[in-house]
Formats: sequence, C-alpha cells, structure tokens
Amino acid sequence: MSTNPTPVDQALLEGDYTNEKLDKAIGDIVLVQSTHNSPPIKAGPLKTSPWQIMFGIGFLGVNLLLVAVTYLVIEGIGIWGNNQPVGWGLDIVNFVWWIGIGHAGTLISAVLLLLRQRWRNSINRFAEAMTIFAVMCAGIYPLLHTGRPWVAYWLMPYPNILNMWPQFRSPLVWDVFAVTTYMNVSILFWFVGLVPDLATLRDRAKNKFAQIAYGAASLGWRGSAKHWARYEHASLMLAGLSTPLVLSVHTIVSFDFAMGIVPGWNVTIFPPYFVAGAVFAGFAMVITLAIPLRKWYKLEGLITMKHFDWMAKVMLATGLIVAYGYCMEVFYAWYSGIPFERALLHNRISLADAPYSWSFWALILFNVAIPMFLWSPKVRRNLAALFFISFSISIGMWFERFVIIPISLTRDFLPSSYGFYTPTFWDWAMFAGTMGLFLFLMFLFVRFLPLINIFEMKELLHQVEHDHGHSEGKGTDEDQKEAAVLR
Amino acid sequence: MSHGRDTSPKPYGVVAEFETPEQLLEATKAARQAGYRDMDAYSPIPVHGVCEAMEHKDERLGWIVFAHGVLGFLVGYGLQIWTSNNFTLPFDWAGEWGLNGYAHNVGGKPLMSIPAFFPPAYELTILFAAFSAGLGMFALNKLPKPHHPVMNAACMIRASQDRFILCIEATDPRYDEAKVEEFLKTLNPLSTERVMTSEGY
Repeated sequence: MSTNPTPVDQALLEGDYTNEKLDKAIGDIVLVQSTHNSPPIKAGPLKTSPWQIMFGIGFLGVNLLLVAVTYLVIEGIGIWGNNQPVGWGLDIVNFVWWIGIGHAGTLISAVLLLLRQRWRNSINRFAEAMTIFAVMCAGIYPLLHTGRPWVAYWLMPYPNILNMWPQFRSPLVWDVFAVTTYMNVSILFWFVGLVPDLATLRDRAKNKFAQIAYGAASLGWRGSAKHWARYEHASLMLAGLSTPLVLSVHTIVSFDFAMGIVPGWNVTIFPPYFVAGAVFAGFAMVITLAIPLRKWYKLEGLITMKHFDWMAKVMLATGLIVAYGYCMEVFYAWYSGIPFERALLHNRISLADAPYSWSFWALILFNVAIPMFLWSPKVRRNLAALFFISFSISIGMWFERFVIIPISLTRDFLPSSYGFYTPTFWDWAMFAGTMGLFLFLMFLFVRFLPLINIFEMKELLHQVEHDHGHSEGKGTDEDQKEAAVLR
Repeated sequence: MSHGRDTSPKPYGVVAEFETPEQLLEATKAARQAGYRDMDAYSPIPVHGVCEAMEHKDERLGWIVFAHGVLGFLVGYGLQIWTSNNFTLPFDWAGEWGLNGYAHNVGGKPLMSIPAFFPPAYELTILFAAFSAGLGMFALNKLPKPHHPVMNAACMIRASQDRFILCIEATDPRYDEAKVEEFLKTLNPLSTERVMTSEGY
C-alpha cells in the first residue's frame, strides 16, 4: 500500500517473539481460562485473582446502576440534585466525561493508523473496547435525563401520527446524531479489526463451544489475499472516516454549551479545547488500564516502556492545549468586558466568596499542575508515577466538566435567581454504577476477546525482524525491495 | 443429496504451504509466470504484493464508499430540509403517515437553516460511508461463509497463525492435478496437498 522507508522502532517489541509465541501470549489469555486465575491473591482463606476482583467490583457496580436506574424510572429525575437554576447536573458532567474518555480509542486506532504510527498496534484493541464501553456509559445519562427514557426514540426522526419532527436547529439533536454515529462506527471499526483475530482463535481453540462461537463470529475468515486487499482498503477508509468523526463528536458535544448564552459557555475556544481534553482524558484512561493489564497478563514485551513514553507525551501535548484553553477562557471573560462573564470568572477563582471555586482550583491542580511532571523522561518511564498522574488527569477532567456546568448555572444573570447545586446520593450512585458497568464490560472483554491485535502484532514482528536484518548488514538490495513491498 | 445437482466431492485445487511471507510472494510470482491464473493465497497477515502478483485488482470498494458518503450527505440535508419546511405530499395518506413537513418557528431562525443542518448531514455522511466500507468489504469478500472448500486442506488451520499458503484452483484452464502438484513441489514448500470440495457442498 505504501513504501514507507522509515525503520520500525525496535523497542516496540521486547523479547524473542515468533508468530507462534504471539498467538500464545495474546490468544491464550482468552482460550486458557486459568490465565485469569493468576497472579493469585490470597485474602485470608479466600484465593482469588485480579480478574475475579475487578470483575466482582464491576458486577456490584452494575447492580448498583440497576437499582439507581430502577428507582429513577419509578420516581423521576427529582431524585437527582438537578433543580432550578441548575437543570444540568452530574448527569451531564458524567456524560461529557465518559464520552471524552472514549476519544482516545478512536484516536489511537484511526488517527495513528493514518499517521502510520506503528506503536498503536499493541494498544489499539483495548483502547477501542474502552471507547465503546465509555460511550455506552455516556449514552445512559442523556437518555435518563430526558425524564422519560421509554420514549427516547422520539429523538430519532421518523414519521409519526403527531406529525412532528425533531428540531434540527438544536445542538442537542446534533448530539444525538453525533453520539449514535460515533457509537455505531466505533463498534463496526472494532469488529472489522477483530475478524482475523477471531479466525485465529477459532483455529487455535480446543473446545467445541469456543470453536463454534469464534467460528461464527469470524464469519469464516480464511485470510485470502484477495480478502486482505479489500480488508486493508476498508480499514484505511474506516480510519479516514473515523478521524473527522472523532473530531466532530466532541466538537458537537461542546456546541451543547457553546451555542448557549450562559456565561462561560458562549466561547469559541470550546470545540478545539473539548477535543484536546477528550484525547487527554482518554489517554489517561488507556494508561490507567494498560499498566495493571500488562502486569497481570504478562504483556511487558508487547506493551513496552516506549509505548508508555509516547502515550505520556501525547498526554502532555494535549494537556498543554487544554491549559491554553483555560487561559483563553479567563482572558475572554476579562477581555469581553461583559459583566456576566466577569462575574463568572469571579465565581470560578475567588476562594473567599464563591462556593464552588475550590473545584476550579482542583481542576488546575489535577489537570495542569500535576501533569507538568510529564516533562521529565524519568517520570514518563516510571509506571507508579504515570499511573498516579493518569488517575489525577481523570479526576481533573471530571472537575473540568463540573466547573463548566454547575458553576455557570448556579449564578447566571439575575442575582435574584442565583441558586446552588448539591448532588444527591443517587447522582453518585449512578456515577459509581456506570464505572462499575465500564469495569464489568472491560473485564468481560478481557476474558473473551484478544486484548491486543494479534495479526497487527505479527505484521510488526515481521517488520522488526526485517529491519533488524538490515541493521546487522545482512540485507541485500533484493531484501530491501521486498521489505518495501511488504510494508 | 437430491438437489438436482452433483454434490459429490470434486477437486478444488492444490495447496502448498510455506513458512514465510517472502516465500509465498515468490511462489505466487512463479505460479503466475508458469501460466496459472486461478489462484489465491492464504496468510495470517496481509502480504503486500501477492494480489499484484496474482493480477487481482478490485477497486470497487472505494467507489461504493464514495457513493454512500454522497448518499448520506443528501439524505441528511434532504431529511432536514423536508421535515423543517411546509412541504406536503399530494396524498391524503401522507399526513396520516406523518410524512409531511413540520414548519416550526424556533427563535425566529429561518425554516431553511442550511448551516444548522450541517452537523447531522455531516454525521450521516460518515455513518453511511463507514457502514458501506465495513459491510461492503465483507460483501465483496462473500463473507460470512462458514465453510469453504480450501478449509479441507490440513494446513489451512495454520493459515490464521503462522503458515503462508498458495492454492492453485481447479477452475484454472491449465489445471492438471498431478502437474500442478509437481510444479508446486519445485517451489520448496513445507507440504503440498490436493484438496477436494466437501460432500454436499
């Protein structure tokens, strides 16, 4: 497809891998159930494993979510803290937070594919899974926020006896289109990527049930050269389509705010800084998940320190864009000269007489100050530090949405209608519940599907071997021509 | 089987199994040079150059995706323009079925809000194009197809793992099972095998 002469970084694959060993290292996580019982953890008389613990936590979270949703449907959204003047509370904060987290998956799988970044190969699969699960968690909030989720299909345009259609001039309707498209295209892209790996699992599986299940899911993929040609063509086009899609989704989410006249929302910096923030949050979540998974499933040779170093750099770069966004918001509030915008700025930063200003400073601490440690290569290659910083960014990005939504809404134009917002138990239960759902789905995925793209790792292995041959001076001109073809 | 056609096993082709993608590429080129036309290669990773060596070219997918992208864009704008204006279909049942437009003044914005209709049209462009890329790829590859005659070859189980397989198919005008196998053996394969189609297939 291309003749890219840049050699592949040898540090992307550590250890002595062969195709067979790659199949074993990745495929057997799924095919051999006992992988999930290790490393064993002893808690008194109980013998357990990280997979069991994480899955258990996720399962409890799902139950909490079911209880929260059931009570919500029975009682109405009055059980949340949303009330005049704060119509958007934690539900929308969490919606934006989750959807932002999803963005890294698409960025890794689509944008880095177009940029021919080989380091995406070992992280794209579970990052894409993370995208899908995060968008699922996100989608729950606006559906329930409508108050009558059982008529959520009204959001879609369809001919009906009321003779009504959606109001297409509203960013909220744009959001419906953006998020549903994003969800569907992400699942499609993920599935297309999975098919050759499912065929590998089908052929390696020893038990009948696994053979049938993976056989059906792989659609009878047989690795035909003619199929591969169309497959690569389709992957490239899907990547090319997902790139403008991922940029548009958070842009449109930011329009939900930027199209409004609420102080602090009506800012043109919103679309780019929301997109950068989404990538920032998403990479933080990828790192948070990759560090333990890599250790538990012994993937150190496949997800190397080089990967973490580069992911940290992307995080640092997007973090700086986000920090620039915060500066521009402050500048805009001051420079506009609009009294309401200036009052909002006061409400954000004045610790003395604004009740929610602490959240703004928490945001600056978690999202701007702590990530600055990423400038140091030592920190970027220290997994404990990286885990801590990524976690801090996840919290910081949550605060960002909290700062944007309740702070602006509690005090808008008329002091007589100032109010306050206190999330209730059910707000937090929903949030914890969606985190549980995310963990639950993530660990089901780890159990049943290969968490690293097997065939792309084989391609990478092949290239690394080739380049290695050249660096030792073994390569002839003929070899080089061939290597170019194979790439 | 009594479907009125002969479904007894018939020769499907001869496969040769190789260890590396380079060998597969060489073998494909050699087979083409020897005059064989109907063949396919099976591999765990895409081996670039094999399709060119087989002189297989199919660029339909790009056009399919482009057409669907344009269609998605037109559907997006068409839907919004139709439903946001006072258009009515000249049939009684159109109103009952809710197919007429719903002209609705929202904050004094024009009924024909072309810029505001852009985001949904943009998303539908991507939605249509992406699904035509994914589903179109499977359709052109004639998948799903749970069984294929070439899977009767013993080495095919490793085509998804670490083997690179070339199959010269019986439909080839120059096909002669013994000669093909002899030819494939000259390419230093790990093994060769004559493949039959399955009973009833």
